[in-house]
Amino acid sequence: MSDTTPTRPLPNPDEPDTAEFWRKTKDKVLGYQHCDDCGTVVFYPRRHCTGCLGSNLTWQASNGEGTLYSYSIIRQAYHPFFRTQVPFAVAWVDLDEGPRLLTNITGVEDPATLEIGQRVRVVWEEHEALNIPLFEPF
Amino acid sequence: MVSQAREAAIVGIHEYPSRDVEGRVSPLQIKAESAAAALADAGLALSDVDAIYDAGDGGGMSGLTIAEYFGLKPSVIDTTNVGGSSYEYHAAHAKRDIAAGKAKVALLTYGSTAHSNVQRIGAGGRAGGIHPADNMESFTGMTLIANYAMVAKRHMHEYGTTSEQLAEISVATRYHAMRNPEAVRAMEDLEFLDIRETTIADVIGSRMIADPLHLLECCMISDGGGAVVIASPEVAKNCAKPPVWILGSGEATRYPENGGDMTVSAAAQSGPQAFGEAGVSPAEMDIAMIYDSFSITVLALLEDLGFCAKGEGGAWVEGGRLRFDQAGGPALNTDGGGLSSNHPGMRGIFLLIEAARQLRGESTAQVPDARLAVAHGNGGMLGTRHCAGTVILARD
Ligand SMILES: [Zn+2]
Repeated sequence: MSDTTPTRPLPNPDEPDTAEFWRKTKDKVLGYQHCDDCGTVVFYPRRHCTGCLGSNLTWQASNGEGTLYSYSIIRQAYHPFFRTQVPFAVAWVDLDEGPRLLTNITGVEDPATLEIGQRVRVVWEEHEALNIPLFEPF
Repeated sequence: MVSQAREAAIVGIHEYPSRDVEGRVSPLQIKAESAAAALADAGLALSDVDAIYDAGDGGGMSGLTIAEYFGLKPSVIDTTNVGGSSYEYHAAHAKRDIAAGKAKVALLTYGSTAHSNVQRIGAGGRAGGIHPADNMESFTGMTLIANYAMVAKRHMHEYGTTSEQLAEISVATRYHAMRNPEAVRAMEDLEFLDIRETTIADVIGSRMIADPLHLLECCMISDGGGAVVIASPEVAKNCAKPPVWILGSGEATRYPENGGDMTVSAAAQSGPQAFGEAGVSPAEMDIAMIYDSFSITVLALLEDLGFCAKGEGGAWVEGGRLRFDQAGGPALNTDGGGLSSNHPGMRGIFLLIEAARQLRGESTAQVPDARLAVAHGNGGMLGTRHCAGTVILARD
């Protein structure tokens, strides 16, 4: 056994399209983009609009609440960190503002009690350079 | 009614027999050996080949690599790589190129040593940080199996689909595998436990990997490969085996969208294109070669291809309908599929190979007088971003 505890693989804060999203997480802001030309809600973040390919995008802050679209309980994983987490829930969450994001559900004793359609809200897992948006039922 | 122009046909096939090469051969060697065997099957020579199609499994700049490695100077080079669906695209493009007069004999090859490389395709986390989508998703530890499991979970939620219904797909596929000596040997070589026909209870009693998918709903990870030769009508009429005509094809993509329906795959777009071009309907299919990475993959794809309405797949597959010896049909993955015969990472070429076997009357789970088949490849991941390739095949 190594004496270093395996840690969650973190996003690259310098990836050009998503850097601003991750920068905002330092302030615990869950951001998404809105096209001022055609009204499309863009997610995952990009430099251009997926409705019109324009670049007139404005960042908005989600209220951090949404509904559970689907989930799975992972019982077998090979990554050193996630091996220590099994069983854990991975989920698609539909934010009230429209974006659908992939996350983990936390704050539940038994993930088998989760139900599609239930309300969830963001909880931030703190790291040095950025924070990770996880969700919990409420 | 089948009344379409016969513009190109599968005339040669080969499936590399070993699923565990123990590191003794390379993917390139598997491709070359399979090419030789498929050309021999067709009664053609290497010098007849004037077009190559490659998904990049032989390395970078694969069109050039393969041409030199095989000793070819082709005049058509197509290196479309859309994962496991690549070979359905290659077959469609070969037909298009032959019909356009650009080529007469097309060669498709595949080789992989995924098992020998101990690739844990299914339960590994993805390395993120390069593509923006990866950079938004890889922190979650979503495994490939969980990606598909979330489609199954949503399908169950929306339509009441059950694990017992999903298990029908695993059971039918294993039923076929037990009749295919190469599939049985594959399961032995890959150290499957208790190799036999399975029941629905066996499947839902197997270990849960990512809810709601059990071990026996997940494909194997094998070594393997194969080759397909496609030729013009003029060449086909002098080949050693009867032609298997390519009647129609469709291509499509699908990826996460806000508010999108995850239970619908790209097959909902590629299927109607392919059936429309072929002028036939799903109900006419004797054989359905459907990419079975997982049980839910087949269920969703059958619905999207139009065999039944969205959401009705669970009830539709009940009662052993997909077995080769069951009336009603179609017969599903009669070679044993990726679940129980062969899945080295990109299974699409085997869908074409087994469909051709059925239409020639050469399958180990032969449907009497099989006339029409659909081969549908799904490349990428069902629950997030994937490509679909649908090909409709017919015998004379
Ligand atoms: Zn726009």
